[in-house]
Amino acid sequence: MPTFNQIKSILSQKTVGIAGAGGLGSNCAVSLIRSGVGKLIVADYDRVSPENLNRQFYFRKQAGMKKVDALRENLHKICPGCMLQMHDTWVTRENIDLLFSVCDVVVEAFDDAEQKSMLIDHMLTNLPNIPLVAASGMAGYGRTALLKIIQSGNLYVCGDEESEISEENPPLAPRVSIVANMQADIVLQLLLKDAF
Amino acid sequence: MKITLNNRPENFETDSLSISKIMEVKSFHFKMIVVRLNDTLIKREQYETTQVKDGDDLKIIHLVSGG
Repeated sequence: MPTFNQIKSILSQKTVGIAGAGGLGSNCAVSLIRSGVGKLIVADYDRVSPENLNRQFYFRKQAGMKKVDALRENLHKICPGCMLQMHDTWVTRENIDLLFSVCDVVVEAFDDAEQKSMLIDHMLTNLPNIPLVAASGMAGYGRTALLKIIQSGNLYVCGDEESEISEENPPLAPRVSIVANMQADIVLQLLLKDAF
Repeated sequence: MKITLNNRPENFETDSLSISKIMEVKSFHFKMIVVRLNDTLIKREQYETTQVKDGDDLKIIHLVSGG
């Protein structure tokens, strides 16, 4: 196993895209920055709301802020020197290439299944050489052993593939963070696989 | 034919089947899915016309909201 310094020196050269800065995106970003990833490109149009605090990496006093601004603030508290390119925008087929074509890996961190499908479809069609780490199924609590990783070529999907969020099955911090960190762990594997 | 469906071996009586037919037989009724045949993306409009053959690796991945 390489030392943390060796790992960091490889990761510091890498750029990771994150589509969405909610429960998946904010937690995944924190783990990637803690691990030493050099640059993140994050896109989200939303604002922090008090209801987000049950799972997203934001603080009470950040309510009302743009998520990309609040996340920049929080990530810089962990790593003042990290490079962050934050985009206050809704991710669409029209701007995906512009946002993410320079990335070594992209993380799908949307809430809505249609948005997930749109990004997966577009990335696999237009940017097929960039690995995409997506997530599907993480609502509720328990059933941790059902969380898995499906791989098909350059596409990875983390989650249980069935637990959809609803009033009766809300997203909660533990399972959302577990899946966000499964995504972050796959990103590290992909970024480090040729180095050691 | 013998194929791999979502990482499990599956046997079908016929020599080939369309992706739509396999979804019907195996009761995949999800609204949002990603279909990969031998690691190639198959778009929704190709489900009827794409034939799965012996030895193929088919993945039907279910996308649900949450994140």
